[in-house]
Amino acid sequence: MTNMKKPSFNDTMLILVFAAAILAMPLWLDPFGGNYPDLLQKFAIYGIFAIGFNILFGLTGYLSFGHAAFLGVGSYAAVWSFKLLTMNAIPAVIFGVLFAGLLAAIIGFLSLRRTGIYFSILTLAFAQMSYNLAYSVLTPITNGETGLQLARSDPRILDKLFSDGPASAGLPSTELFGETMSGYPGFYFCAVLLIIGFYISLRIFRSPFGLMLKGIKSNQNRMKYTGLNTRPYMLTAFIISGMYAGLAGSLLAVTDPLAGAERMQWTASGEVVLMTILGGAGTLVGPMLGAGLIKYFENIFSSFDDSVLQQAFSFLPDSVLEIVVPVVGLFVGSGWHLTLGLLFMIIVIFLPGGLVEGFRRIFNYFTSGGGKAETQSVEAHNQAGE
Amino acid sequence: MSDFKKSGMSRRGLLKAGAVGGLVAATPSFFIKDAWAEEFRNNPTNSGEVKLGFNVPQSGPYADEGADELRAYMLAVKHLNGEGDGGMLNTMKPSMLTGKGVLGKKVTYATGDTQTKSDAARASAKRMIEKDGVLMVTGGSSSGVAVAVQSLCQEQGIIFMAGLTHSNDTTGKDKRRYGFRHFFNAYMSGAALAPVLNKEYGSDRRAYHLTADYTWGWTQEESIKNSTEALGWETVNTVKTPVGAGDFSQYITPVLNSGADVLILNHYGKDMINSLSQAVQFGLRDKQVNGKNFEIVVPLFSRLMAQGAGDAIKGILGTTNWNWSLQDDGSKAFVQSFGAEYGAPPSMAAHTCYVQTLLYANACEMAGTFYPPEVIKQLEGFNFDGMGNGPTLYRAEDHQCFKDVLVVRGNENPSSQFDLLKVVDITPRAQVEYDWTIFGGELGPYEVKM
Amino acid sequence: MDAIFIQILNGLDKGAAYALIALGLTLVFGTLGIVNFAHGALFMLGAFCAVTFQKIITISVKVRDEGVTAFVAYKEQPYLETWFGDTGRIIIDYSVPLSIILAIPLMLLVGYVMERGLIKHFYKRPHAEQILVTFGLAIVIQEIIKAYFGANPIPQAAPEILAGSANVGSWVGLGDNLVYPWWRLIYLCFSGIVIFAVFAFLQFTTYGMVVRAGMRDRETVGLLGINIERRFTVVFAIAAIVAGVAGVMYTPILPPDYHLGMEFLVLSFVVVVVGGMGSLGGAVLAGFLLGIVQSFASMNEVKDIFPGIDQIILYLVAVVILLVLPRGLMGRAGVMDD
Repeated sequence: MTNMKKPSFNDTMLILVFAAAILAMPLWLDPFGGNYPDLLQKFAIYGIFAIGFNILFGLTGYLSFGHAAFLGVGSYAAVWSFKLLTMNAIPAVIFGVLFAGLLAAIIGFLSLRRTGIYFSILTLAFAQMSYNLAYSVLTPITNGETGLQLARSDPRILDKLFSDGPASAGLPSTELFGETMSGYPGFYFCAVLLIIGFYISLRIFRSPFGLMLKGIKSNQNRMKYTGLNTRPYMLTAFIISGMYAGLAGSLLAVTDPLAGAERMQWTASGEVVLMTILGGAGTLVGPMLGAGLIKYFENIFSSFDDSVLQQAFSFLPDSVLEIVVPVVGLFVGSGWHLTLGLLFMIIVIFLPGGLVEGFRRIFNYFTSGGGKAETQSVEAHNQAGE
Repeated sequence: MSDFKKSGMSRRGLLKAGAVGGLVAATPSFFIKDAWAEEFRNNPTNSGEVKLGFNVPQSGPYADEGADELRAYMLAVKHLNGEGDGGMLNTMKPSMLTGKGVLGKKVTYATGDTQTKSDAARASAKRMIEKDGVLMVTGGSSSGVAVAVQSLCQEQGIIFMAGLTHSNDTTGKDKRRYGFRHFFNAYMSGAALAPVLNKEYGSDRRAYHLTADYTWGWTQEESIKNSTEALGWETVNTVKTPVGAGDFSQYITPVLNSGADVLILNHYGKDMINSLSQAVQFGLRDKQVNGKNFEIVVPLFSRLMAQGAGDAIKGILGTTNWNWSLQDDGSKAFVQSFGAEYGAPPSMAAHTCYVQTLLYANACEMAGTFYPPEVIKQLEGFNFDGMGNGPTLYRAEDHQCFKDVLVVRGNENPSSQFDLLKVVDITPRAQVEYDWTIFGGELGPYEVKM
Repeated sequence: MDAIFIQILNGLDKGAAYALIALGLTLVFGTLGIVNFAHGALFMLGAFCAVTFQKIITISVKVRDEGVTAFVAYKEQPYLETWFGDTGRIIIDYSVPLSIILAIPLMLLVGYVMERGLIKHFYKRPHAEQILVTFGLAIVIQEIIKAYFGANPIPQAAPEILAGSANVGSWVGLGDNLVYPWWRLIYLCFSGIVIFAVFAFLQFTTYGMVVRAGMRDRETVGLLGINIERRFTVVFAIAAIVAGVAGVMYTPILPPDYHLGMEFLVLSFVVVVVGGMGSLGGAVLAGFLLGIVQSFASMNEVKDIFPGIDQIILYLVAVVILLVLPRGLMGRAGVMDD
């Protein structure tokens, strides 16, 4: 544990493996039916969201139920940047992160006066207020239920400044110096930001600041007795975490320029909590895994309707088919929520540490009794996943 | 890119193809973009099938309505492929549909869950477009979702045939070249309802609006308010209620002492069920105000939803896009076909979805190609009949269908569990038409760069 | 005056619903230390007990429905009506209150199975894991209900005689214009009785005393040789029954659907936390307080001054109370602080 202050060889390996795995997602997700731009983008974006949430929850143990508010604000800020300034993704991302950070500073400043579930309910209350207002009274800014969209008549001051050609007939699309940000390029843009985000999170976990936060988690009172004011540390963690959410929100808008109020609803906040715990709270890669799993369920499992099942089980004799298809149909298609619920229960009951713990157990099972080199790598894995 | 992912391929087949396909699919799209420049997205020319995307709410509050939409779509696919009794294929005029698929290709489909959320709806539409390779997206049960998916489809160059969406915005300020709506809208509800209200309740009334606090509620409130005030009614108050409030008692009690004698509920779905049944519990309908019977009006009625309000809907006036009790040939053929297949009559959502699918298929036949700009041109200004609503026009300027509107009343003596709504009046099309410029918006281009 | 009176009545009625749900939630938390995200699902299950009961007593023969001519359709005639005539019809009319007879044993069973089968293994696990597992359970329960009953709300009528409104105004001398639905008045009384019964059970019985002692210090009670675990099972079952009967009685006010529990979940947590985690009195007080505040915030006069205030008032009050009072209205120190 002496190697915490500077990135060790293992950390470098971890970040390289992580980067390779993320960038190669189109390849290895294809057999699972997950290789299409929208889902890949969602994996990367919600990965960022969950990694950021983990900086708060995993390190400090403070369970925020209001992170969706930052996601939503990031989206709104980004779409407004497209509308007012330019279709370039960079300013949108910057504004998204900034505004989310600002909101996080305000909410964090107030909510961090309380701990435990009182903190959770405060963050929930703030987020629900944001959602309800965005849906109704704030419609001039948010366009309410329909969601904030681009229009041809938007000013886009910077774009107009640099191009004097006639506006194209349709809506402009988001771009990064000429490259359209939908489809695969959009995914690679998100993926790069995800890798950077992951790297920053890794450095935070290993830094003295990260240690301080872990200290707060294990015993806040003891930290206070040493004469330390924990509030500024907590607030910093909260703001960083909120900025990650803002980044994710702005990327949602970059890949698909529409911001809806339901992104701020408590269910969205709950989703990131579930992603993090499912993958393994406090681990580095866990939240990313959890995010990927939930998004995969939402998008792929929900699409298996009866005709897909009929085809998949067509090797069975008809009489068996008639029983199998309706039974399996309960768990996929419109019943995909049921599978998700069962999965939550099974994982929490049998794998309290989340998916990461599951992989660790499998890894240990196969390597126990192995050579010395393998034992070392288990150790490395444990450290990495701490 | 979508070539090897033919719709008929099973999951196992996909696994086999995965090894090869992965390499091809991983090629960033900008390398091969030029090769497709002459083409359009998800062109089915080299395939024996054409795939449609049915994007309906399968979870959340509108799941049952979504399930009914899906039934209608599957029936439409059957009929297009020449299975079953053909339904409205036999009554639609003019029709080039043959019951041998569309342009000789078998019709297949993919489904998605909108969850009645814009984000989720766009995600599932994108999945169907990018992964399943659908040529057209249709469905949905809310205006927010319709507008969101419609603008996505415009960007993607995929035609969107809207399902149930009643907001003026869908074909008003948020209209799109690639989006088409068969369903009626709030403006038409107001225009159709006003004469009946005048006849039944007189021209000297004081109305109190409870309105769901979001875009659809506002457009409906505005439309109904305008048309009732034109009758001479006075609007006492318009009160916004939070969506999904559940208990509306605190909004209903002020009505009692407001001096109003009509309550207009601009609610849909669960909000409508709750606010209506609670308003009845508060004795509003037994009241006498200003020497008149107190009345409740629900401008947008859905039979499927009305079931949830039980007896509370009896005698309540509203409008609906279509009802299964209609006796024209088209409606009869559809109800018979649907009833035989599923044992229950279709809802108005199911009807609009079924008709939209047939209209799209027919437009492809007329165009002789699946190329979207040509198909769009066939749909624009298309006049048809025999689909249950009398002679109907798909107006070219805003892609809104114009047809007769039904004014209905909650049935006092239902003859069956499905016989909840009774048609009071069929408002002729001429009476609900309006100038398309009043809502603003623009359609955008035919050609979409890819 | 009328308006204020009736909004107080409204607030009390809302508050009664909030308090009843929050009561069970905080009871389970205070004694078992479990954050139960499936509590809303128990409320929903209760409501569907009423639906099931109605379905059972209206089991029918299928007779050809002559009203539908377009295709062959059937309508249903309940056996109860065919066998018992008018008595049968009265039983069907009173199906909602009668379904409590079904709800109590059923919810007892559900509570028992849930506690023995799942919850008991989570006493010593972190709150985050309790939340995840009970949330997963809530989803499973509601999806099963959806698979059987569909997603549309199912109307449950109050008995005919109680369907209308009471002329409350004439009782208190405020004129004839002040009416309030009978069923809501009954719900108010009913929740008062249930709340009183739970308090009396804990306050005046030896059994309740031990449970209260267990709430304070589980280990010491265990050391005294008392089987506190068994009592916890009973407490959990009581909480399930309270949620269940609250759900049954709420059905005429709000036609139940599978999603009902989730809608009350967040709200009930806000109520519990504002009241102070683990405090029964606090939960009841907070329930009524928030109910009344919400009613007043929805008045047109208030909304004219603060547009949209009715959308956020619950959360605003929660924030203010939590910032002023660190542990809610009546919370004790040391509970759920970490």
